[in-house]
Amino acid sequence: MSWQALALSVKLAAVVSAVLCMIGLPIAYWIAYSRWRWKFLVESVVALPLVLPPTVLGFYLLVAMGPRSPLGRLWLRAFGHTLSFTFEGLVVASLIYSLPFTVQPFAAAFRSVDQQLVQASATLGVSRLRTFVRVIVPLSYAGIITGLVLSFAHTLGEFGVVLMVGGNIPGVTRTVSIDIYDQVQSLNYVAANQTALLLLAVSFLTLSVVYAVNRKVWAL
Amino acid sequence: MKTWRIGALLWLISILAWSAPGEITVAAASDLTFALTEIAHRFEQKTGNHVKLAFGSSGNFFAQIQNGASFDVFFSADVEYPRKLTVGGLAAAPTLWVYGTGRIVLWAPAGSSLDLKKMGMRALLDPSVQEIAIANPAHAPYGRAAVAALQSSRLYEQVRDKLVLGENISQAAQFVESGNAQLGILALSLALAPTLKDKGTYWEIPTDSYPPIEQAAVIPTAAPNQALARAFLDYVRTPEAQAILRQYGFQPPPGKR
Repeated sequence: MSWQALALSVKLAAVVSAVLCMIGLPIAYWIAYSRWRWKFLVESVVALPLVLPPTVLGFYLLVAMGPRSPLGRLWLRAFGHTLSFTFEGLVVASLIYSLPFTVQPFAAAFRSVDQQLVQASATLGVSRLRTFVRVIVPLSYAGIITGLVLSFAHTLGEFGVVLMVGGNIPGVTRTVSIDIYDQVQSLNYVAANQTALLLLAVSFLTLSVVYAVNRKVWAL
Repeated sequence: MKTWRIGALLWLISILAWSAPGEITVAAASDLTFALTEIAHRFEQKTGNHVKLAFGSSGNFFAQIQNGASFDVFFSADVEYPRKLTVGGLAAAPTLWVYGTGRIVLWAPAGSSLDLKKMGMRALLDPSVQEIAIANPAHAPYGRAAVAALQSSRLYEQVRDKLVLGENISQAAQFVESGNAQLGILALSLALAPTLKDKGTYWEIPTDSYPPIEQAAVIPTAAPNQALARAFLDYVRTPEAQAILRQYGFQPPPGKR
């Protein structure tokens, strides 16, 4: 079993869900409460990674990170290295790939908060930000945990995009799903099976946590 | 009621008419994409039969055949996978045939400042080279050859941190072609392919620096159309088809030059 690949995947998933929490909260807040007419366009863009095949995303990312695209050139000039084949590159790719898994549960939770409480908070002269932190977020904890756990689990199991932009470097971009694929390709079915089984157990556990939280199994 | 019967009859006839000429499904390693497409096309024109081509990683096809995929012919990028199939009784040993030997090249995208013809393998040490794309040596024959060539020219230790691994040789090509890697060790067949021919320069790595990449084909026992599968393999043996293979950088099988 490849612990290095597993550790890398956990690290990637942790970084990605932490960053997604920060950018997901404001996006979800905006999606939940904005009355802008063209909001549906933003919602569609956020949901795109749900329907796009990872190959499409991976292909565009590979081209965008390459030295021939304006973005890739900018990054190359700033850091002396392209974003492809690096851990940072995987983080950027996974942020895009897992965005809907964070934003959609967040937004759904915000929407279901009793608006009278929000209005009461406003009439008491509390700022919007404070209302968000003190009223909306605590009442949405189940949705927020769901979003975080889902993006963590989704990044953990990510395969196609990593395959397309990672370059399979041990300890840098060889994640656990890539490692399993390599083992299968090399006909090491026993090793593949061990790692796959572990990933299956971890995935089942994370999903159980999500559903337990939603069912309020533990009073919080 | 009558129209229903006539309709059913017409439907049946159309199906029979459609499938009247034979059809085979061929699984082939991705380095054969262009050569085999052309060969299959000629075969179709000559015989009126239909050849469905599936290109991908030899290891994937091997696993699929092991699990009951019904391919009529399997063109691997090595000899090991077909041999393993015959050992496991999943392919008929007499049908195993080494159809050619692949070669590897150093490939740089157009616009690269590296003069491969002049520098040869030393281009790999140029400071402008940060990433070198090869196929994954753990399971891709071309990746193994690339590593062997690096080792025999005593460069492996110096460049090993720069290696990025493509899932197969086509993906390694994608990494260099898009400019994400500055150099790649690719199959000659890809460097000569229409999609890459004008997009970069290549230098052929001397064949004595890596073990020959012998590639074999085999007919799985579960092939639905054995007769046509054999006919197709026979066609690949003809000088006409062999010329196409050679044109795409495959050396003729050893002993049959």
